[in-house]
Amino acid sequence: MAAAAQEAIHEHDHHEESFVSKYIFSYDHKMIGKQFLLTAIFMGVVGMMLSIFFRIQLAWPGESSDLLNMFLGERWAPDGILNQDMYLGLVTIHGTIMVFFVLTGGLSGTFSNVLIPLQIGARDMASGFINMMSYWLFNVSSIIMLISLFVESGPAMSGWTVYPPLSALPQAVSGSGLGMTLWLLSLTIFIASSLIGSLNYISTVINLRTKGMKMTRLPLTIWAFLITAIVGVLSFPVLLSAALLLFMDRTMGTSFYLSEIIIGGEMLDNVGGSPILYQHLFWFLGHPEVYIVLLPALGISSEIISTNSRKPIFGYRAMIGSILAIGFLSFIVWAHHMFVSGMDPFLGSVFVFTTLLIAIPSAVKVFNYLTTLWRGSIIFTPAMLFAVGLVSTFISGGVTGIILADSALDIQVHDTYFVVAHFHVVMGLSAIFGMFAGVYHWFPKMYGRMMNNRLGYAHFWTTIVSGYGVFLPMHFVGLGGTPRRYYDNSVFDTFNPTAGEMVLDLNIIITVFAIIGAFGQLFFFFNFFYSIFRGPKAPLNPWKSNTLEWTTPTAMPGHGNWPGELPVVERWPYDYSKPGAEDDFIPQTVPLKPGEEEH
Amino acid sequence: MSGHASNEINAKAGWDGKVSPFSAGYGKLMMWFFLVSDALTFGGFLVAYGFIRHSYDGSWPIGEETFDALPLLHGSYPLAYVALMTFILIISSVTMVLAVEAGHRMDRKGVTNWMLATVLGGLIFVGSQAWEWSHFIHGTKFGKVELSDGSIATAKGEFGKINSFTVVKPGTHYHEAGTVITDENISAEEGDLMHAFQHAAADGHLSGSADQLMITLHDGTVASVDKEADKDLQLIVKQAGNDHAVSVASDEETRIHENEGSVDLYYEALAKGNVIYGANLQENEYGPQTYGQFFFFVTGFHGFHVTIGIILNIVIFLNVLKGTYHRRGHYEMVEKGGLYWHFVDLVWVFVFTFFYLI
Repeated sequence: MAAAAQEAIHEHDHHEESFVSKYIFSYDHKMIGKQFLLTAIFMGVVGMMLSIFFRIQLAWPGESSDLLNMFLGERWAPDGILNQDMYLGLVTIHGTIMVFFVLTGGLSGTFSNVLIPLQIGARDMASGFINMMSYWLFNVSSIIMLISLFVESGPAMSGWTVYPPLSALPQAVSGSGLGMTLWLLSLTIFIASSLIGSLNYISTVINLRTKGMKMTRLPLTIWAFLITAIVGVLSFPVLLSAALLLFMDRTMGTSFYLSEIIIGGEMLDNVGGSPILYQHLFWFLGHPEVYIVLLPALGISSEIISTNSRKPIFGYRAMIGSILAIGFLSFIVWAHHMFVSGMDPFLGSVFVFTTLLIAIPSAVKVFNYLTTLWRGSIIFTPAMLFAVGLVSTFISGGVTGIILADSALDIQVHDTYFVVAHFHVVMGLSAIFGMFAGVYHWFPKMYGRMMNNRLGYAHFWTTIVSGYGVFLPMHFVGLGGTPRRYYDNSVFDTFNPTAGEMVLDLNIIITVFAIIGAFGQLFFFFNFFYSIFRGPKAPLNPWKSNTLEWTTPTAMPGHGNWPGELPVVERWPYDYSKPGAEDDFIPQTVPLKPGEEEH
Repeated sequence: MSGHASNEINAKAGWDGKVSPFSAGYGKLMMWFFLVSDALTFGGFLVAYGFIRHSYDGSWPIGEETFDALPLLHGSYPLAYVALMTFILIISSVTMVLAVEAGHRMDRKGVTNWMLATVLGGLIFVGSQAWEWSHFIHGTKFGKVELSDGSIATAKGEFGKINSFTVVKPGTHYHEAGTVITDENISAEEGDLMHAFQHAAADGHLSGSADQLMITLHDGTVASVDKEADKDLQLIVKQAGNDHAVSVASDEETRIHENEGSVDLYYEALAKGNVIYGANLQENEYGPQTYGQFFFFVTGFHGFHVTIGIILNIVIFLNVLKGTYHRRGHYEMVEKGGLYWHFVDLVWVFVFTFFYLI
């Protein structure tokens, strides 16, 4: 077996791969991971720019802006004033891109691909072909979503949740026409991509672990990716049902979500459907989706915090338990998004209860992070800063989550900027911090070079300061009663600064911070792309980490990951500063000494 | 493409998935997880169906009444046809099991035969579904009649032997309006005339005054509705050459008092052509419009799955014929195809239960 493996790798080295098979239709999980990352970075830039456009409108409603005119043209920003329909389009596509293409495809797609085979000691994913398909479906769906921005009638305009009837009736807003059709097409392809990707992740983790890699020796990253994939396999198909029924309503004249609608003074034929049905189907995905976004980030931060505190992760089994608990609970809380949809208050109280339960595993994770950090020899690499930043935003976003979980309170602030602030902190900032942490930490493995630390620090501090600068004031805008998705709040006397209210002034502060934050990402882009080509060569194990990916040669191991035999795992991945050991880290491949306890 | 390099690792270095901890290769594992996700897609549809149906209370069509036809036969055979379809599909699952079992014994001939039987079973099922859809689309003899006050009237039974006639007022539940057509002397021929009359009415070939409507049927026959004669529910059809009266209900006693008005409205609506035959996505004679939409969508989605399954099975069957799996040393692909096929069967049991039984 060993000889055969060596022979295979040997032959492999001499096998010249063409440019297409190496960089484009690659079967290699590491290349596919990088493809996901680059696509997600591109989509992230687009999503961020869209948000700057509508933030300008919210801060200075009705004022002319050359920036808007330059990017959106006379069609959507005549004289530099944002078109009202396009405002909705920008909000919708910003949300869609950020949730699905950056934080689902980008985060889980990148790191599940790069890390799963390397950290469990496998030659590649279970099926390289399916993995390649998964990326290219993701790529096609991204392109379709971008194309929808350029169609004449505009992109989808019914919010990222695309509630009917706005999304179901092509005549509702201009974006409900072709733009909405493209949105549905793109999402359907995205679901297929996510599904086959997840099938691959699951079967790889279950079947392809190397010798000695018991489930209780898996790094927490892998646990998080595994549960994320399972949650995805169970929730995305229900979004597919919802999307297909919506597609029928739009194209075949069915009325699954439509009933007794008058539009432009004309009564439509549709009878018998229910828009609430869509909300149930959508949020059955929509809530687990939050954890599909968040769990990989939590897994990444567990690994990074333990490594850089030079301490074993506190409560390894409790961490696994809390991942499992969050994964399970995510399926029984969806209706807390629908407290104002006219649901039975008793049913609402059931969902209040299940939603509040999520605070328990979340708190377990937070306390475990803090106790891991407690009295550790902390090394503040940029990755570590982002991981600790994640803990911070996870706490501040989680606290407002408890407020929103309670239907009595939620009904007061439902669909206000309070909700927007909450989910941007807990899901947006936390997940993107996890993603940045992962990029900084595993960049040496992905590209064989180091990123610049100073630029990393500059990036972190501008990001966290502007992140809080944007979303902390936004809570007060929401508590002031400002509804989300409105084009112009200055027309309401309550929110007018001359009437003594501060909502509009806060909006200016938020927008200024958003622009600063956007410019702050330039540190990252420069650092990332410069380091790919010019960064200093990375040492074998730059972070003195225990996991298996650091046992294989630095500069991008070839297809097959390990020259020669697969490593054999002898211990769990968190033996940092173990009493009695010479080094402050013991890689997973080092056998236990006689009489040494595993933990 | 890079397939070459991958296959090398695949074959020599053991990158093809091991079998722990579930004693299953990665392909089988992926199939299982795919089926779990597909089950949730169907789950989404069936829950949606339940959600909408629940909002209609009692006014949902009853399976035994809607699906009671057999090809080439008259009369009522509630659910007989769909039971046969279901039976065939389940038998095809049995033959699939036998194919897998033959595969375990490396019995190539056995696998070939049982796979062929499975493919045939699948084809018969899809063909039967096509007839079922066709019948559903064309509808019954009498259709559904929209009365001028917005009520919906439906008649059940054979020509000359109508055994129920129901009128639903808008916003209310179905309720029996009583038997209005009981004259057993009406011959089948006369029944056909009435059918032709209704179709002509639907096509709008009307003439004459409001009191005395004249309708030209497709065979040149002229039918008329006499408002006076309608008092005793006489529909007068004049066939070319001789007078021919189709007595649709002459027995006053069978008319339930409070529904007299409905019966009059029924004939008025017939005359106006407000008759719906069969079902499509916009309207159907069997019940609320969403009923037909869900029926087409969910059984269609299942039929699509069966079709994919048949194609898969044919590919596997051809590979068995070529001996691909025999050379490989195992018939796991038959087993994976079998997993999908059993899943499709199992889903049908749920679809069948939701749309036909409850």
